[in-house]
Amino acid sequence: MNGADAPGDAGGAKAAGRTAGERRATVRPGGGPGEPGRQGLKGYLRSLGDRLRSGRLGAFPVVVSLLVTWIVFQSLNHNFLSPRNLSDICVDIVGPGLVAVGIVFVLLLGEVDLSVGSVSGLTASIFAVMYVNSGEPEWLAIVSALLSGAAIGTIQGFFFARVGVPAFVVTLAGLLVWNGLMLYVLGASGTIDLGDRGLVAELSTRYFHSAALAYGLAALGTGAFFVMTYRDNRARSRAGMSALPVWEIAERTLGVAAPSFAAAWVLEDFRGVPLALLVFLVFVVGLDFVLRRTTYGRRIFAIGGEAEAARRSGINVVWTRVSAFAMSGTLAAVGGLFLTSRVASVGQTSGSTTLLINAIAAAVIGGVSLFGGRGTTWSALLGILVIQSIASGMVLIGLETAVQYMVTGGVLLGAVILDSLSRRSQKLHGRA
Amino acid sequence: MSSTPVLALHGICKRFGAVQALTDIELEIHAGEVVALVGDNGAGKSTLLKAITGVGPADAGVIEWCGRPVRIQRPRDAQELGIAGVYQDLALCENLDVVGNLFLGHEITRAGVLDEVAMERQALELEPLAILTKHRPNVRVPVATLSAGQRQSVAIGRAILSRPRLLVLDEPTAALGIEQTAQFLDLIDRLRDQGTAIMLISHNLGDVKAVADQAAVLRHGRNNGFFDVPSTTHEQIVSSITGATDNAVTQRATKPWEDML
Repeated sequence: MNGADAPGDAGGAKAAGRTAGERRATVRPGGGPGEPGRQGLKGYLRSLGDRLRSGRLGAFPVVVSLLVTWIVFQSLNHNFLSPRNLSDICVDIVGPGLVAVGIVFVLLLGEVDLSVGSVSGLTASIFAVMYVNSGEPEWLAIVSALLSGAAIGTIQGFFFARVGVPAFVVTLAGLLVWNGLMLYVLGASGTIDLGDRGLVAELSTRYFHSAALAYGLAALGTGAFFVMTYRDNRARSRAGMSALPVWEIAERTLGVAAPSFAAAWVLEDFRGVPLALLVFLVFVVGLDFVLRRTTYGRRIFAIGGEAEAARRSGINVVWTRVSAFAMSGTLAAVGGLFLTSRVASVGQTSGSTTLLINAIAAAVIGGVSLFGGRGTTWSALLGILVIQSIASGMVLIGLETAVQYMVTGGVLLGAVILDSLSRRSQKLHGRA
Repeated sequence: MSSTPVLALHGICKRFGAVQALTDIELEIHAGEVVALVGDNGAGKSTLLKAITGVGPADAGVIEWCGRPVRIQRPRDAQELGIAGVYQDLALCENLDVVGNLFLGHEITRAGVLDEVAMERQALELEPLAILTKHRPNVRVPVATLSAGQRQSVAIGRAILSRPRLLVLDEPTAALGIEQTAQFLDLIDRLRDQGTAIMLISHNLGDVKAVADQAAVLRHGRNNGFFDVPSTTHEQIVSSITGATDNAVTQRATKPWEDML
């Protein structure tokens, strides 16, 4: 199947070069009688217009914001789109981006997790204390950090899903508790330096400088996308169901290929492909698959759409909710390790509320609905790319953090307004 | 019908706070039989249905499935026995497409991955979707885009898809047009002939007369009579529903004079 209007559309979001909105407009398998096949650029634009008016925005707004951000900063400072800066952005997005991917799971349920910032700070401290201060083996410290994140998420999920405390309150309490616990764990030392050895340190300093690898990965990603789309399509047409025309498969594949190869070229021009970015992409692709192609993901979307209907279908709503919070906690821990790696230390300011706000903002800017039931992990990637681009651009043109907060806040507000408006418009057009 | 009933309820009670919604309900339903559950608003019909499907488990009482006592505490328990329900409020996920809703909770997977092609093919072959929507339905649109009648078809399709042994329907024709209702009643007849036990809640006594074999009347959360539908008049059922046979005046009339003294 092609996602179409079904939950999320990674195929669309993946191809950041073109908008998912455009593509999804033409991918309406089984296109009902009310939807005559439209051909050519004109029909394309018209159906895009239809979709935007009726509030089905997909990844369109975030891609536009990203392009606008890039154009504005490039015109203010010609170093903005340099391979060096883009490569730095690609590493900077990984920590908060992974936290945002975890939050997507909770947002899809129509809930929110305010504790992720504190959780990522706490788990990073647990790692640093075990590895640096106590001299435990690094793998043990990493596993402990991840398990703590999972355990914290599970506890919070239990209080929400089983006990029935609103998630907002549970995780707000968590924000304070885990932050306090982090300060306690760090103790008098305050800041723990990581040094430059070890696996975690290498997470953000390791680059693979090999043209073969960079372009090979781009080719692999494009090829995998093509093969999957082609196979789905062939299975559909064999079963006598409406399938995509060949030219459209080619077009979509091109939509994936263009940004992939552009990224490979830019990264190769500086220091090569960052390990951190690869890990991030593996998480995004893997969890997108989980959300859209597995029973578990279908349950998350169902609960976000109508929890009571999900319960009556025999879905274990409590367990699924707890697992989503556990996922959020675990990914907060993973993100925390990358953030630690980036600054090579853990301190009292680790896991600040800025991280929390950026992670939620990223997911929402990327198109995850705060009302639940709509969004993909690609939203987190695209959203954090916008936020980090703004942050990086502000630094480049020498503006202080104060302005940066205000601009990011403005973008977030814009995204939420868009979410609400698109929801209202979908209602108006009988789509929500 | 002397065989063991598919489902037998004995002494089912359900309380919501101070309100006793169901008191000592007795009910039996056999394979290949349509039992209509009728009663006025607030009589406890939907509550009883939810107790059977595990959506709102009963507080007390015995549920027997094919002669064997069972516990139905969760929707999953009922599904595993072979009970499927269509609820008055439909219970569909608006953000999922038709196929997603039809297969929710029992998706077809291949190596752990959703098999969308197989699910869509089965969805297109599904009778309620084919007959209840006038043209070939687009099963890939979100349910939010569908009309009330189409949603009702999806809800019915969902219940039939699992090939239940007992199908419980709460006001299934409420959102259907006249022609669609007729087709739906045909469908009920066919399912009955295939041996499905069907419990039908309806306000529409015309529908009840048309398909039901038995009618069980509920009043104020209690049994208020069983009728063999073909041999009972409309008026008898209505008076049982409204309690015209059960009020101060009629009671007084039937009481022997001596007792009054």
